[in-house]
Amino acid sequence: MTFINYASREINCKIVYYGPGLCGKTTNLQYIYDKSNPGSKGKLISLATETDRTLFFDFLPLDLGTVRGFKTRFHLYTVPGQVFYDASRKLILKGVDGVIFVADSQVERMDANVEAIDNLVQNLASQGYDLTKIPYILQLNKRDLPNVAPVEEMRRLLSKKTPPEPIIEACAAKGPGVFETLKAVAKLVLAELTKTS
Amino acid sequence: MPAPDIVMYEEEFNLIKQIISKLRVDANGKVVFLVDKNGQQIAAHGEIENLDTTSLASLTAGNVAATDGLARLIGEKEFSILFHEGEKDNIHISIVASRVILVVIFDERSSLGLVRLRVKKASQELNDVFAKIMSKVEKEKSNAGSTFESPFAEITDEDIDSLFAD
Repeated sequence: MTFINYASREINCKIVYYGPGLCGKTTNLQYIYDKSNPGSKGKLISLATETDRTLFFDFLPLDLGTVRGFKTRFHLYTVPGQVFYDASRKLILKGVDGVIFVADSQVERMDANVEAIDNLVQNLASQGYDLTKIPYILQLNKRDLPNVAPVEEMRRLLSKKTPPEPIIEACAAKGPGVFETLKAVAKLVLAELTKTS
Repeated sequence: MPAPDIVMYEEEFNLIKQIISKLRVDANGKVVFLVDKNGQQIAAHGEIENLDTTSLASLTAGNVAATDGLARLIGEKEFSILFHEGEKDNIHISIVASRVILVVIFDERSSLGLVRLRVKKASQELNDVFAKIMSKVEKEKSNAGSTFESPFAEITDEDIDSLFAD
């Protein structure tokens, strides 16, 4: 649910990073935070356990500048990936404008990816959204590791859309693909605005 | 889409600002702000210079969402008031018009009783404003295509690309 404020001429959009535990959602946010211009980012808030596992969500507000006189601000959220935090995940999807699914490319995490993406579809549906109809990007993370599954196989297992959603290979810890993913989803969200409003 | 988008117009925005600034004075609070349930800040008033209001907004919404979840688990519709007591400052959170969150931050210069009383009155006024906003949005939706011109219809690919050019 994009929030458009005509009075202060602002558009606020909510982007959620989803994915199985330890796939690199928080790492994506951390990288964006580290590499963004101090003037355009807010504080990175991380509600995590003592061992740095996300407990509720991470949050990063990001100003992207002005489109047609409207200040565009993106609110980036991650969900806790661990299976038993499902109630929290559902809450964070409320009012989402765009979703990024961060998949862990390691072969042994493929089952976890499939389970998490099914969970995403279900939780979106419970909020009244259809994954195939909202701005959605699939990020294949950790491509730098030695034991990764081939892109084609991951596409076959995880792709949910026809024509397929944009699929971006990334290595969130080092940076490649992180901004490409954000940019791709931001484009889809803004394009959606030109259609529906 | 589940809930219709909130679209804020100048007229209602000014009304909202008036109501919350009056509430701040009446309740003797430090800060009053209004957030929608998704964590977007709508308006803020008071001593906000040293306050990270964006983070405050998203955490408040997270807090309310978690409490809503708790309420449903025990068979309640919602907990309409949350109160956090600190050593110096306290936060009073309440839900208005079932979709926005009204937050009052206050210290020892005020009291919970006074804040609750004033919040109740301001909530009624805010209810009316939001009812007006929603009916306006509905009306424009039904007119969509004929009279309502989206300011975003003209956004081009170049506009979007330029956001990321650095």
